Amino acid sequence: MKVAVITFPGSNCDYDLYKAVQQVGGEATFVWHRERGLADFDVVMLPGGFSYGDYLRAGAIARLSPVMEDVVAFARGGGPVLGVCNGFQILCEAGLLPGALVKNASLRFESRDVRLRVENSETLFTTDYDVGRILRIPIAHGDGNYEADDDTLERLEGEGRVVFRYVDATGAATPEANPNGSLNNIAGIVNEGGNVLGLMPHPERSMEALLGSDDGVGVFTSLMKSLASSTTSGTQ
Amino acid sequence: MSSHRLEIRVKPRPGLLNPEGKAIHSALTSLGWNGVEDVRVGKVIYVDMDADSADEALAAAEAMCRKILANPVTEDFEISTVGELRTEGARP
Repeated sequence: MKVAVITFPGSNCDYDLYKAVQQVGGEATFVWHRERGLADFDVVMLPGGFSYGDYLRAGAIARLSPVMEDVVAFARGGGPVLGVCNGFQILCEAGLLPGALVKNASLRFESRDVRLRVENSETLFTTDYDVGRILRIPIAHGDGNYEADDDTLERLEGEGRVVFRYVDATGAATPEANPNGSLNNIAGIVNEGGNVLGLMPHPERSMEALLGSDDGVGVFTSLMKSLASSTTSGTQ
Repeated sequence: MSSHRLEIRVKPRPGLLNPEGKAIHSALTSLGWNGVEDVRVGKVIYVDMDADSADEALAAAEAMCRKILANPVTEDFEISTVGELRTEGARP
């Protein structure tokens, strides 16, 4: 699995993604936002951080970076794209995912562990999880409040495209378990084709039980397996 | 060609939760303004640009809003010209 980790001015989770990919046996390469060409890669990842200082809106300037034209083409061609935190915001601004991420309802920067329920285990990114499994993964964001119009929300829910939801210890999606005010406690969604995942929590920071949680590993192992099986079926 | 100043008001969509507005609302209430019904916070962007006419500048600003300055999911926008700043060739 060859992974391009796109680095913008202000990215700060790029090394975490790089390490996470390596940990599951993948090959990660940093791609600077001014570079062009992603044809040699199997997966593209957009890291968390504060690209361009979050000026104007989080992700609004980053999505105009030269490499984003290639990211959009890669995604439209069915290539797997993962956007974490600021990466999710950039994917929404670039139109690869519907909706928008606005200021947390609390008006605070929320940096802590949250619980997520896996809502769909059939995406490229979640086959190693069971539906209903509760993960403990950290968040660290000021603008993670997912908003979309009613039609978009209905489609996302109806098509099983809400992949992760904020829940409490019992697995209930309560207002108290919602750290940022997101509609329907949405933490992560996929696009219509299922190949683009955006989520606010950081699975790449949950890779070691010794450091608190390894619940994020499944995102990366799922991708590895999904790619291996698609290569196998492609050569048959 | 003359220089025009545009005022672009990017406004949060009505009905959408506006956490900053809510915080300011409670601050106003705590200061005794009990009649305040709603507060919403948006932003104003000033753009100075050269254009042949005010209409041309306004059209450009609208394109800017659609392309980057406003997020159509969460924001609406209004544009007005603040005035012609200078006209080339007409300087003293």
